Amino acid sequence: MLKGMERLGRKGIPVGCRGGGCGICKVEIVRGDYRCKRMSRAHISVAEEARGVVLACRTTPQSDLDVRVLGKIQRAVMRALD
Amino acid sequence: MAMTGVLRPGHVQLRVLDLDEAVTHYRDYMGLIETHRDSQGRVYLKGWDEQDWFSVVLREADEAGMDHMAFKVLDEETLWRLQGDLKKFGCQLERIAAGELDHCGERVRFTAPTGHLFELYANKDHYGNGIATTNPAPWPEGLKGMQAVRFDHCLVYGEDLDGSVKLFTEVLGFQLTEQIMDGDLQLAAFMTCSTKAHDVAFIRQAGKGKLHHASFLLKTWENVLRAADIISMKDIAIDIGPTRHGLTRGQTIYFFDPSGNRNEVFCDDSYVYPDTPVLTWTADRTGQAIFYHSRELNDRFMGVTTGA
Repeated sequence: MLKGMERLGRKGIPVGCRGGGCGICKVEIVRGDYRCKRMSRAHISVAEEARGVVLACRTTPQSDLDVRVLGKIQRAVMRALD
Repeated sequence: MAMTGVLRPGHVQLRVLDLDEAVTHYRDYMGLIETHRDSQGRVYLKGWDEQDWFSVVLREADEAGMDHMAFKVLDEETLWRLQGDLKKFGCQLERIAAGELDHCGERVRFTAPTGHLFELYANKDHYGNGIATTNPAPWPEGLKGMQAVRFDHCLVYGEDLDGSVKLFTEVLGFQLTEQIMDGDLQLAAFMTCSTKAHDVAFIRQAGKGKLHHASFLLKTWENVLRAADIISMKDIAIDIGPTRHGLTRGQTIYFFDPSGNRNEVFCDDSYVYPDTPVLTWTADRTGQAIFYHSRELNDRFMGVTTGA
């Protein structure tokens, strides 16, 4: 899903490690069919995965999907840089 | 003055989501040499120009991140002396038996104030670098991929930067080489136990125990550019680069392993002696400190970490 978005030049989902480890591209699949590869359990619990909360970089759509973006990048360094 | 105390980074143990994919990445693409697999299924690798049995351990797990980073110390006397000093500092300590990692002696494990697990050890079996010690060739044949020379350092994130810097400098004898300062607040600290630009580095961020990257040395800028080619050829997730850092002057490229752990390969960074002045980057120049050419911070580089 994430690769597809990047190829279209879109930016809705934040792009992190692209490998399922960092949790940045967390989304909720509201509607549609999909398959997922292994994702870090630090970011997606078993319960979350069961209710359609997944990492976009590890998810392959199998139909059109309605998606809600949950993830975002936490800024390093607490002040003065933004 | 001979080198005493902590000598160098010894190894990093990384958690990976899929072991086979990780081994392909570290062995075939980065060119680390696989030297062992243990009974727990962990894979051991080393850079070609490292003498000890391993500097990277990959453990399959359901989370990515760094299990621990270990440093080699001069000898057993040093190991026990530093253990005593760590205890006085107030660290939570654990002794890990010799052989818990095959080919590695007893380790002293401690939790740094930033939440990271570090270890010290004195003994690891010798493997060699593939070159004779009499009338040696300059490099061994059969190297693959990026031909990583050695495991060089880790950069980690944590809230109690001050505590970890105090631990590494006052207890373990590391020297501060470069820093980012926002007035009186230290935002980043780079430290060495030898003459390198850094053997470990910390950046201040809310949270504990996160890994920013594990870094491996290459020989030349051409090697870094070639690594960038391999990253594209093998469809590896790139983060940023190739470019130069202001901090350390290293010429670098960042990318992710298949589990999302960030890797760096770099060359030609700076060096220090005990009398070398500390270099300071002011917070307003953080962009240039990290990316000397673009002079712009990058959200993904700053914000994406694995672990904890």
